[in-house]
Amino acid sequence: MNVSKVLDAKGLACPMPIVKTKKAIKDVESGEVLEIHATDQGAKSDLTAWAKSGGHELLQHEEDNGVFKFWIQKG
Amino acid sequence: MKLAIREMTAKQVAKKVMNKEELFILDVRTEDAFQDWKIESASFDYLNIPYFDLLDGVEEILDQLPEDKDILVVCAKGGSSQMVGEMLEEEGLTNIYSFGGGMKAWSEHLEPIKVNDLNNGGELYQFVRIGKGCLSYMVVSDGEAAVIDATRMTDVYADFAKELGVDIKHVFDTHLHADHISGGRQLAELTGGTYWLPPKDATEVTFEYAKLEDGENVTVGNTTIDINALYSPGHTIGSTSFVVDNQYLMTGDILFIDSIGRPDLAGEAEDWVMDLRETLYTRYQELSDELIVLPAHFMIMDELNEDGTVAEKLGVLFNQNHGLNIEDQDEFRKMVTENLPPQPNAYEEIRETNMGKINPDDEKQREMEVGPNRCAVR
Repeated sequence: MNVSKVLDAKGLACPMPIVKTKKAIKDVESGEVLEIHATDQGAKSDLTAWAKSGGHELLQHEEDNGVFKFWIQKG
Repeated sequence: MKLAIREMTAKQVAKKVMNKEELFILDVRTEDAFQDWKIESASFDYLNIPYFDLLDGVEEILDQLPEDKDILVVCAKGGSSQMVGEMLEEEGLTNIYSFGGGMKAWSEHLEPIKVNDLNNGGELYQFVRIGKGCLSYMVVSDGEAAVIDATRMTDVYADFAKELGVDIKHVFDTHLHADHISGGRQLAELTGGTYWLPPKDATEVTFEYAKLEDGENVTVGNTTIDINALYSPGHTIGSTSFVVDNQYLMTGDILFIDSIGRPDLAGEAEDWVMDLRETLYTRYQELSDELIVLPAHFMIMDELNEDGTVAEKLGVLFNQNHGLNIEDQDEFRKMVTENLPPQPNAYEEIRETNMGKINPDDEKQREMEVGPNRCAVR
């Protein structure tokens, strides 16, 4: 996958992962992919709902050693 | 520097629920999370707007908020509610509170309520886990105590026993739970008590336990408060009820106040339907109508009595509980096996945790227990 920007939100509690993601997505162009790393358990459902409400697409997510990784394509 | 926003604790909100006080809930979790599970009260009003839709400002929702009652901002863990609450205060609102600890704290809050005195100076307490609808119990007599269906918040029981000056000698689970993580084994280890589990539910457990079988009689305190085990399968194959002090029938997840237990959470609905029928329509029928039923769950706030307890006479339930009044066996079979509500969150992992097969950390356990208990069919 062609990732344009990586956001490290590890160790941050809700709402910070979304606050940072919202800022970071401004730095990528429509159609480009933002990769996010987070450790907050609530990040998955929140990022999924946030992406949907903002017109972005959650392309993929995985858990790796307690770190949740997300790939969001800007809408 | 501005002052931190005022918080309401789970204990304060629980009091408002029980006293039917008014409150406006601004729930800033996702729509799915809100639809799935929220702070329930007939006297509360609700507005659900996810916090991420408010990051650019709260002006747009101001006209949907009341001025004449307190507004409680609620999120999953308390971080987002604090942020949104502060944004509302910056707009000049003065009736804003953040829900400290969020739905996590709501899920974990236990409210101990005295059910009654027992014979020979004993006491019976019900611990109402109001956010999740779980009920656990402490029987106290003459310096000793027994705990039934303990939640994983084991400190609450240990501290309560300490305050009363009693030692926890016995810890029981009425069955292998699927909706919440049992604190039974841990509490027994913590207090040096005996952990009892029905052997038919324990065939796969990885730890030592005392076998709780039909007719087993355990005494609490020297003045004998008897706990008689009554085999009552149906929700699980091992489900066991207790008759405490000849007055109270602890039904576990077999019989609730306004519903009955579902037989499908261990994957054997068809096999256990007739066990459930036999327990409810034969075994319980043979008991005294005067016994007070104390279940392991409630589903709706209407099941709470005025004093906050969940308890009703068996005779009243035979008249009023729909699940005890289905004459036709096929109709009964259909009701308890078809069109069942969704299963509790992570119920398979919860069963494995309660068997000792997996050992998730505290944070993971909290996440597994999100949501209502969903152990009943109505």
